[in-house]
Amino acid sequence: MAYLLGIFFAIFAFWMGNSGHYKPLMLGFAAISFVITLFLCARLKIIDREGAPYVRLFGWLAYYPWLTWEVVKSNWVIIKACLRAELDINPSLVKLKTICKTDLAKVTFANSITMTPGTVTVEIEGDKLLVHGLYEANTQPEAFEEMDRRCARAADPVEKRA
Amino acid sequence: MTLAALFAILIGMCLLLVRALLGPTLYDRVLAVNSFGTKTVLVLGLLGFVMGRPDFLDIAILYTLINFVATIAVLKFFRYRSFQVPLVRRPDPAASGGDSNG
Amino acid sequence: MAEFFALLGNTWDVVRFPLGGAACLLGAILCIIGTIGVLRFPDFYTRVHAASITDTSGAGLVLLGMALMAPHWIIVVKVFCIIGFLLLTCATSSHALVNAAHTAGLQPKIGPMARSGHEEDEEDEH
Repeated sequence: MAYLLGIFFAIFAFWMGNSGHYKPLMLGFAAISFVITLFLCARLKIIDREGAPYVRLFGWLAYYPWLTWEVVKSNWVIIKACLRAELDINPSLVKLKTICKTDLAKVTFANSITMTPGTVTVEIEGDKLLVHGLYEANTQPEAFEEMDRRCARAADPVEKRA
Repeated sequence: MTLAALFAILIGMCLLLVRALLGPTLYDRVLAVNSFGTKTVLVLGLLGFVMGRPDFLDIAILYTLINFVATIAVLKFFRYRSFQVPLVRRPDPAASGGDSNG
Repeated sequence: MAEFFALLGNTWDVVRFPLGGAACLLGAILCIIGTIGVLRFPDFYTRVHAASITDTSGAGLVLLGMALMAPHWIIVVKVFCIIGFLLLTCATSSHALVNAAHTAGLQPKIGPMARSGHEEDEEDEH
């Protein structure tokens, strides 16, 4: 029931933030589409812990500002690489081992690596990641340790942490 | 200044079309089209601001989501040559009967 | 105190339009830089890195500029919806692209390369 309320709150906020019309007719349409969407969610069986991830909200609120700063820093490196007259890139493939335990933490980690320009996750197998990087010096496994730790802290539940 | 930004992004879109046309592999073309879609979202938003009708942002939201679905659909089609195959991480030998509807 | 806040509000209303325009222009220039990278880099895997500039900082700056120039709070909500969707979907779709290319057997070029990108491009055609 709490998950249903969580999904309802998300849909409600999305409608109210995007509609801008608060007349009874429009609110009636809103109620109809809430019912249809919740029915479809129940049919897809996504009304569970993953569908309403409010437990993880505070961890992510702490994680994303740090990620934004990382993205800005690595953007600067790639912009310089794009504009240099002579290409001096040094691509490499690296294998990483992550300490994240749950699927959600692994997805957060892999998506953060992909979102940072200069590194792309090529493949995930169990707890091993294959990462392609633009500069070999920036793609050593040590460079990802802090991101890994922060992802595990943001998205892994407490009892599973290493 | 918004107009200048709009034209700058349009120039970027034209340059991306070059990559989409002469990209050596299929994936270069898909990458160029995906990036083209991201720029289309930005152009839609900026066009709304230039014309004084920011309601264009609704279309931009839709275009963001459609762009993602289109990229995944194209990649899936070129991998399996069909839209009917279920997307699983790796084929499970115990559940190989489930693939037969493809 | 109220006067100070009124003054602050007035100043903000004057300042936010040039600030938003500058952010839009900077983001558009970053988009062009990312496109130049897509045109110059030698193989597919390196081009993905250049395209991710457009997806993160270019689009982020343009949309933040739009949020600064917004005439109504609803526009700000919509712009932040776009930023959220764009960041989530662009990372996922570039991972899907690279994974599909890797599964299909496209080999990345490894090691330092100092030649200019155009010559490499012509070698690549097959």
